[in-house]
Order: sequence, then C-alpha cells, then structure tokens
Amino acid sequence: MSDSPKPAHTTPLTPRRCGLIIGASSGLGAALARQLAAPDTSLALVARSKEKLETLCRQINASGGYSLAYPHDVSRYEEIPDLLRNIVADLGGLDFVIYAAGINLPPGGIDRYNFENDRRMVEVNLLGAMAWLTPIAEMFQAAKAGQIVGISSVAGDRGRVGNPGYNASKAGLTTYLEALRNRLSRHGVHVLTVKPGFMKTEMLKAAQGPTPFAIEPERAAQDIVRAMRKRKQTIYTAPLWRWIMLVIRHIPSFIFRRLSF
Amino acid sequence: MHLTSHFSQLDNFGHSLKVSGYLLPVHNAEDVYEAFQLAKRLGLTVTARGTGISYNDVSLNGGGIVLDLRGMNRILEWDPVAGVVRCEAGVTLEDLWKRIEPDGWWPPVVSGTMKTTLGGCLAANIHGKNNFHAGTFGEHVTEFTAMLPTGALVTCSPNKNADLFYAMIGGLGMLGICLTITLKMKRIYSGLISVDAWPVPNLRRHLSDLLEHAPQYDYIVGWLDTLAQGKHLGRGQIHAALNLKEGEDPRARDTMKLSYQHLPDRLFGVIPKSLLHYLMNPFLNTAGVRLINTAKYLASLRRHTFRESHAEFHFLLDYVPDWERSFGRGGLIQYQSFLPKETAEETWREILQLSHRRGLPSYLGVTKRHRPDKFLLSHAVDGFSLAMDFKVTATHRARLKDLLQEFDRLVLAGGGRFYFAKNSETSAETARAFLGEEALDKFKKLKRRCDPHGLLESNLYRRLFKDD
Repeated sequence: MSDSPKPAHTTPLTPRRCGLIIGASSGLGAALARQLAAPDTSLALVARSKEKLETLCRQINASGGYSLAYPHDVSRYEEIPDLLRNIVADLGGLDFVIYAAGINLPPGGIDRYNFENDRRMVEVNLLGAMAWLTPIAEMFQAAKAGQIVGISSVAGDRGRVGNPGYNASKAGLTTYLEALRNRLSRHGVHVLTVKPGFMKTEMLKAAQGPTPFAIEPERAAQDIVRAMRKRKQTIYTAPLWRWIMLVIRHIPSFIFRRLSF
Repeated sequence: MHLTSHFSQLDNFGHSLKVSGYLLPVHNAEDVYEAFQLAKRLGLTVTARGTGISYNDVSLNGGGIVLDLRGMNRILEWDPVAGVVRCEAGVTLEDLWKRIEPDGWWPPVVSGTMKTTLGGCLAANIHGKNNFHAGTFGEHVTEFTAMLPTGALVTCSPNKNADLFYAMIGGLGMLGICLTITLKMKRIYSGLISVDAWPVPNLRRHLSDLLEHAPQYDYIVGWLDTLAQGKHLGRGQIHAALNLKEGEDPRARDTMKLSYQHLPDRLFGVIPKSLLHYLMNPFLNTAGVRLINTAKYLASLRRHTFRESHAEFHFLLDYVPDWERSFGRGGLIQYQSFLPKETAEETWREILQLSHRRGLPSYLGVTKRHRPDKFLLSHAVDGFSLAMDFKVTATHRARLKDLLQEFDRLVLAGGGRFYFAKNSETSAETARAFLGEEALDKFKKLKRRCDPHGLLESNLYRRLFKDD
C-alpha cells in the first residue's frame, strides 16, 4: 500500500467515484489511471510490478488524486475474491472497473507455433478478465449500477496469420464482454468494449511488420474516458480503425487466407 | 455467506448520496451474531440500516456490511391497559401506531415521516414537535436489548447498564445493534387533534411566539419562509396542537378507527399523489419557491383553528409520497441547527442573510422548540431548532459546502448543537467542539469496551469519530 493522504469523506456535497484498474502499471492502463485521477475519484491500481505501481500512485497522489497500489498477477485467480473485497473496502465502494491487463507474445514468425505463449496470452487476456469480471458482474448486477470497461483489440475482429493465440484471446474477450453487456444492461450496468489499434507502448515493440496509425496511449485514454461518460457500447481507438476493420471484416476468406498480414 | 450477490447501492433520504456496500438481511439475534463473526473473519466493518431515511450517511457503510433490519419487524407484546409495547428494532412507526391507535394510544415521540424504524429512532434519539415537554424518543424507552460486537447480549434501562442506556440511545448504532425496544405510549381520547395556525411576520415574533405559546400546547412547529428578506426575514406560520381531552370529541368512537387516520392518496380527490412530485419539480428553483412561499404566507394570514387526524398532523413528510424526488437528480440535504434561546435570533438572522447574499437560499425552513436531555451525544438545547432543506446540484456543491461551514462556525459561536440524523457535512472538529471533550472521551471509552475490534463503523462514524 502506498503512503497517501486520506481523501475527503464522501458526503452529498463531496461525492466520490471509486474505480478499479487492472493492468494499470504501464501503457494504456497507466494512461487511463492518469486520465481518471481527480480529487473526487478514488482509484485502486492493480498490476504485477510493485515498483511501477507505487511510482504511478505517488505521481497521481502528488497531483491531487487519490490512488492505492495492489501488486497482483492476474493469472493467480485464487487470490482475486479476497483481493477484490479488500479493494472495495479500502475504496469505500466500487463504481467502475477497467480490465486493461493484456500481453502479446507472438510465436516468432508466420510459420512458427508456440503453445506456451498462447496459453499465457489466454490466461492473462481472457481468463484473467473472466476471473476478475465474474465477481464484479455479480456485484454490479445485484447493485443495479456500475460500469465495466474491457480493453480488447482490433486483433480480435479477425484471425490473421501473425499471432493466432493473441487473436483468439482478444476475440474471446470481445465476445465475453458482449455477453456481459447483454446480461447486465437490463440491470442498469454499462459495459464498454474498447478495441485499440496500434499504440505507442511496450507492446508495439513486439509487433511484427508495419504498425500504421499508431497513437499515444494518452490519446486512447481520452477516447475511452469520453466513451465511458457517453455510455458507448464499443469503440475503436483511434476512431479510424472502425472503418479499417469494417473493410477487413468483410474481406472474403478466399482473399484473406492469401494475405500475409 | 456469498457476499457479492448482496452488493447494493444505497442512498440517503434526500437521494443526494449514493454509497455501495453489502446489504445483509438479518431476522434475529443469531443472524446479527453471524454477521459480526463474518465481518471479523473478512476484515470488514458493519453498520445497521432500517428503512434508510436519515438525511445523511448514518446508515451507509461504503465497501462494508450493512445489516438490513427491516425483517425484524414483529410487535412482540402490546399491553393496551398499561400502554406498554415491546417491539423488534425493525418495526416502523407506521406498524406501531396502526396497532395501538384503535386502542386509544399514540407513540409518545414521532418523526415527520412514519417510515422510520424504532431502531433508527433509538439510534438517532429522534425528537418530535413536542420536544419542549416530552423530550426525545429515548426518554420514553423503558428498556431495550442489544447485541454488542463481542457477541454479548445486553439489556439496558435507566437502572440497568445505565451508562450504555444513555450512550446507545443517540449512539448511532456504533456501540451495538439494538434488537428489541420496550416503549411507553401516550393516551389519546380522540382520533383528532386540535390545531391552531397563525402567521408570524418576522424572525423575532417567530421565535417569541414559539417560546411563549409552547407551554399551552402539546405540539408546536413553525414553517419559516426562507426566501423572505429585509423586515420580513424569518416570517412564517406556526401550527400548535392540543390533544383532545376525554369527552371533547363526541364522535371519538369513529375518529379512533384506523380508517379515519388514512392519508388521502389523491389531491382534491382527483390527482394521484404519487404523481405529485413530478408536478412539484418545475417549482423547485428559487423563483418557483419564492412564488409558492409568498402564496403560502399570504394564505396563512388568516388565523384559524381546525381539527385533523393524528396521522395528517404528524406525518407531513408522508403527505406527498416521494416528495424528495421533486428536488431532481442531485437530491437534497438538510441543515439543522439547535440554538439556545438567547442566541437563536441573532445567529439565524446572520445565517439566512448569508444564504441570500451567496445566492444559495434554502427552499424549506422548519422551526421547533426544544429542551435539553441527559443523553451522551445529545443534540438538544434549551432553545429552538431550524431545519433548512437545500437542493443539491453539480454546479453549486462546492459553494454550498463553504456556506455550510460558515453556518457551522456561526452556530458554534452561538453555543449551538447539531443533530446526527440530519446534517451530512459536519466535520469531526465541529462535532468535538459542540459535544465537548468529556462526552466524546466517554463515548470512545464505551466504544472500546463494547467494540474492541472496531467492527461497527458507518460512513458517519468515519467522518465524525474515528481517530487515525
């Protein structure tokens, strides 16, 4: 836990929003934490790296926000129920959750296969999301309130030659989030699916081939926060990807399977 | 116990504060005991909630356990000869008066709504329009039982565990969870009450009339036009009521029937009152309230006497169902200050003028006459109270907060006190200042004794009492 000043008490005239970001230490998760940090918002930040988390918390708390660090590996599923309960108790409630944990471990070429990498990606990108969002969906459904944001990817829209395991993990996440939305919207719970294209983060270095239209994670974080406010269902960031993926989704298979991206 | 499916977004009476926690229904002492054990095992805190109609955060516990006592709603014993009733803590004033009124009895102290639970009445030590002679709710409690967080069951009365009796009544549920309450009722001889209504042209007359006329009545309450300024500042209308004596109501047999006490659910016999709050909403702004208050004051200029049912006289807040919804999305808060009779006029003059200067007027003002009592966390004074309702909107929250802090300073300077079921913005420093070190230390000592693991906590407790 990081040393931080106590926030103002929650009262009608000083209301607080309580948010949880999983995968908050770097890239888009960290950008979202900075973007959402505000005097009237309490943030719980979850990620593997204790040092990175604590540095981020210090920055946020020094600039008038309030955040707490919870080091945790999302594939340690058995830790999640207790950790979640502690987080909700520390925050004093829970209003929104962002699942931003994600890894991209390419097999190393379009003719290479690597099950270990694929398994790790499914564990973090998909099973981790399910492990965290299951109790959260149950809580929000019971409370008839709350907001869930899942960071999926344009890579989930089609299976491509480069990284089948990543495509599958993100396609699974996209479909899981859609199903959650269909379950929860009738209970007043908002579920937002975010499909980023390329972003200038650590993950970009893993990508093979060209990375067009790459944006700063800060820019994507702005898009996401706006979409949360407007209660959108699915967004692409940068928005241009909506049109690119519209085309790509409609490329017939006899052409698509001959392409090399 | 699967906690996640009990997660609930709970709010206050004014719908201006939403806080999430785990709402666990409890039906008996064993359930309460198990909840304490669960909280201890999981490192969570616990608070009690009845119908959740206090104006602030007293029944909210963000991220913790909230015990829902509404299921403990049995009237265990009712003796219509002695007028003594023993109830579970989740019994509401509505359940209670509907049971006893046909037998010729009425609860000795009631709030402005009948939805309150007796456990809540005890925890907040509520007062009514008869506080100046009947005192608070706690003065009519002959005995109560409670479970302490240690699991111990205690019985408290003025003679038994007296220190706990005087601390748990008004103790905001922070020492133990009240399970049953034994109460002495008040005799009535008619289903009607006789009400005198007259106007008061300014603050001085308003307070002097409350002071001088109270001794001749059973109940007295004032409506204060919070928007009137200048020489009209503090004007309003006083309603003072007397219970009818034996033989004064020739139709007593009829008026005592429960059907006679029914609050009409239509306005002028036409408009369903459940829709009324939508019609009120357009008037809930400064111009609209000014219009309504002026009309109300002009209508009150005719001094008159009338008889109405007990339910109509006492439960004004239930007259328009969901009226608090008319304040819109941001909801409302109430600021109630208690001032000694010597400083009340001067302090409230400053408070009302300050709210006008800031452009943040209250939309409803209610005054009452009070006397002190001997409970540990007492809000009462030998003087008056003024309750002011404020609309909350996103754009003026910060300015309203500043204004209320200035009010707090003025009230403290006037030797005033505050009421923990109402004000939502009081700081720990302000609470310390009006309660005094001695009372606060005594309360904290009892807290350590009853709750050594610190299981009982509410948002209010963390705001006002927790040292860290």
